[in-house]
Order: sequence, then C-alpha cells, then structure tokens
Amino acid sequence: MLKDITLGQYFPGNSLIHRLDPRTKLIALIVYIVALFTAGSWLSYAIAIAFLVSCVAISKIPVKAFVRGMKPLMMILIFTGLLNLFFTGGERVLVQFWRITITLEGVFRAIFMVVRILMLISATFLLTYTTSPISLTDGLESLLNPLKKIHLPVHELAMMMCIALRFIPTLIEETDKIISAQKARGADFENGNLLQRVKALIPILVPLFISAFRRADELATAMECRCYQGGDGRTKMKLLRFRRFDYVTFLLLCALLAAVILVASWGL
Amino acid sequence: MEPFLQVKNLSHIYSVGTPFEHVALKDVSFCVERGEFVGVIGHTGSGKSTLMQHLNSLLKPTAGEILLDGRNIWSDKKYTRQCRFRVGLVFQYPEYQLFEETVYKDIAFGPKNMGLPSEEIDRRVREAAQIVGLSETQLEVSPFDLSGGQKRRVAIAGVIAMEPEILILDEPTAGLDPEGREDILKKIDNYRQLKGATIMMVSHSMGDVARFAQRLLVMNDATLAMDAAPIEVFQHAQQLLDMGLDIPQVTRVFLQLQNMGLPVQQVYTMEQAVGELRRLKEGNAHA
Repeated sequence: MLKDITLGQYFPGNSLIHRLDPRTKLIALIVYIVALFTAGSWLSYAIAIAFLVSCVAISKIPVKAFVRGMKPLMMILIFTGLLNLFFTGGERVLVQFWRITITLEGVFRAIFMVVRILMLISATFLLTYTTSPISLTDGLESLLNPLKKIHLPVHELAMMMCIALRFIPTLIEETDKIISAQKARGADFENGNLLQRVKALIPILVPLFISAFRRADELATAMECRCYQGGDGRTKMKLLRFRRFDYVTFLLLCALLAAVILVASWGL
Repeated sequence: MEPFLQVKNLSHIYSVGTPFEHVALKDVSFCVERGEFVGVIGHTGSGKSTLMQHLNSLLKPTAGEILLDGRNIWSDKKYTRQCRFRVGLVFQYPEYQLFEETVYKDIAFGPKNMGLPSEEIDRRVREAAQIVGLSETQLEVSPFDLSGGQKRRVAIAGVIAMEPEILILDEPTAGLDPEGREDILKKIDNYRQLKGATIMMVSHSMGDVARFAQRLLVMNDATLAMDAAPIEVFQHAQQLLDMGLDIPQVTRVFLQLQNMGLPVQQVYTMEQAVGELRRLKEGNAHA
C-alpha cells in the first residue's frame, strides 16, 4: 500500500537526460515552468507539451511511471478542473441550469489549467526520475552557492535535503512494519468515524517519531565519528562540469521560451 | 480429530504481476497441536516471517489455506478478526512499537481492542506483567524510561495480555544478553504451561530452539524442508549446514566424538551432554 508512493524515486539509466548536469536540469525545470505560465493559447501549449514529450522519450522512462505518480494528485486535478469550469465568466454560454453556467471560456480555461498542472508535475517527475538524490542536492548546492555571501547555510540545507530524500524509503518500510504490528494487537484502521480513525493513527505515529529521532541521533553520531563538520573545506568526489550537451540544452531552452513568448504575444 | 491449526498447501507471492514478483512461500503444509512448543528455523529470506504473518491473518495466501479449529481463517470477516486475537504475533524488535504513556496502558492496548470489560482488562494486564516479570511499580512508569530488555518484556506482555491460544514470536531474544535471553525464553515457556497455549518461535539460535522446542520446522528457499523433533533434525547436520544454518555447539562436539569412534548418543542440550558424558565415564570405570 505505502510502497506505491513514487515520490522522488530515481530510475537509474544512461540516457542523454540522465547524463545532463543536475544544474542544467534544475534550471531547465525553472525555465520550463516559466514557459508554461507564459503560455496561454493552443499553439503555445502544444509547443510546451511537445518539448516535454520529446524529453520523456529521450529519457526512456516508462510513461507508466508518470501515470502512477499522478494518481495521488487526481483529486487536485479534478478539483481545479471543476472550479475553473464552473466559475469562469464569459459570453459564449454553453449550458445553464439552476445557478450554474458553463461558458466556452470556462471549458478552455479548465483544460488549460489541468494541462498546465499535468505538465508541471510531469516535468518535476522527469527531474527526480532521471537524477539521483545525491546529484540533485549537489546541483542545488552549487546553484545556491552565491547565497553563501549573505550567510545562508547552503551546504547545510543541501545536506538536510539529501538526508531527507535518503530516508523516505526507510521510513515507509518502518511505517509498514509498525502498522502490521499494531494490527496484530487488534488495532483497526479501516472502520469508525473520522475522530476514531485519527485516534487510531496515534499507535503508528508515536513509534514512528521515536524511531525517526533515534535514527537521526545515530546518524549524527556516525557523521561526527567521521569528522563531519559542515561544508567548510569539504571537497567533492564528483565535480560538476557543464559539457557540450548542457550548452545545447540551454540553447534549446532559450528557443522554447522565445517561441512560447512570441506565440503568446501574437495571441495565436 | 481435527488438528488445532492446519496449514494446507500455503503459497505466497509478493507483488504479483510486477517485475518485482517474488515467491516467498511455496506449497507449505503442516499441523500444530495445542500446547506444543514449535521452533521455526531457516536462514534470512527463507520465508519464516512471511509464514508467521499468514498465521495471524496479516497476509492473505496467494494459494492454499490456513485452518484454525478446522475452519478457514479467511472464511468470513468476523472469523478473521477473531483469529487475529486467538493467534498472538510478536514481531522482531517489538519494543519499537510501544507508544503509550505508561507500561500499563501499553499492555492494555490489545485487550482494549478486543472490547473486553475494564475489570477483565485490568486482570489480564496484571497477569501478563507478572508472567513476563514486570513489577507493579513498573506498570506506572513510561515504557520509554525502561531498559531495552525491559521494553521487550512490556511488548511481549502486550500480546500475552490478549491471551492468545497460539503465541508466535519472531526472534524474541535478538539483541539481548545471554541472561536476558534465557529469562525471556523461560517466561514464554511458563506462559505455555500456565495457559496450555501453543508457542511458535522463530529463532536463529539453534541452542535456544533445541532447548525449548519439542518440534522444529525448518524453512529453506520458501519451502518447508523438515518437520521433526529436534533430535531428528540435528541428525541431518550436514544438510542444515548446506542450508546456511547452524547446529548447536554441543551437537557439533558430539558428532565429532562419534566420528572419533566414541560410543556416545546424539545430544543437543547441555544437560543431555553432561548425562551422556557421565554415562560414558561410568561405563569406562566398570570396564
């Protein structure tokens, strides 16, 4: 049940996308999101979708993985779609009953919003599916490095993120184990009203928190034993370097952004 | 007469239909009677834990069935829940599941879920605490203030308080010192004698199972490889070693003695070994 969560899962591979510098991928994601929000017409959306689809194709990540990751977000998508459908004003009224009016503008807007969220999430998935947590945090650290000047603890933040990602599967496994154990003692998580169900979570959450703190404590000790003392003077085994394909990617991104902005300004 | 607990052609496959498909149990069948102390041994990943979780109806068999009193435990929802209370399962490192403010409340969690009246809960909590060797004063402290061994006792008491007819323990002595191990095993055996309950204990320590179990189930590669009394199982020393299992140290010594031509019987506990050596010495004195 819990094992189905694919959050931040990494699919090892050796495609062009996998081999991109993590910094390039992070910047690409930001540029892509900007492009998505600038897009406002059928053609601009088509360009954005085409770009992402080709990236997914190059990455060789099975489409199934994207669909599976999307499942928990289904409710948000439906909710967004319906809200936009019902509450967008416009002239071309399609259906009208009771107090609800559905306009053509509303239909378009709903489709655009849902597509936008779908693309946004898929792009983020593509980043986490093709980048190992370690290189992702390395990239983030390197991108945020200038902020060290204003005394932001960049290295510490990156390390925290790395540890958090690393422990997601461990904690999921632990939760499964605790659920089984409490079930064996007759705990009932499926029946009862809302209050009873919330109360039923206590026997899971308390042991889970305790074990998380215990793990944190042990990890801290282990790190100190190996003389970890933060980012100062720490060198890296794998240095990040932009290659030719990274520069090509930047050019493509500029082209994408330019195309979307141009198309949007023409109002196509 | 019908056997008390019967496992019939049980198979379990994890993640059917995905690339992660994995056969954990293959056609396992055995019976267990009331009051028996059964040891379950097998190397890591041999399917022991999966098997134990089936007996407590936490996992549903892919094929085959489990009968308690001759009735399939999955036959209807109510019976499944009832069986979960009749078969108590203590997981590995059970002390990590403690969550209540006091030891008393934690032990009472199981009986409370059974919907028992409060006087009955109180009686069971006190009795369970006594069986595992917790004092009255310890009942009122927080379980997190206790030592590792004491926490383990609280967790075991939490299952014993449900008064299961079958008590299953997954490596109850893992990570305890020798004295603690011995003590916990004795307490578990006490519970069996006191309530006429069946005990099934998964263990990696051959010495432990040899001393307490009347029968051994040996799991190997998802199948049941042997089902016999300890003395018979340890006869197949080489086979056990091939499965990546150990045999008790005294058994090993005596096997070697036999190989050297001494007229000794096979033993698997220290007491038997002492008796056997004494017999040998007296025999020599007479000759």
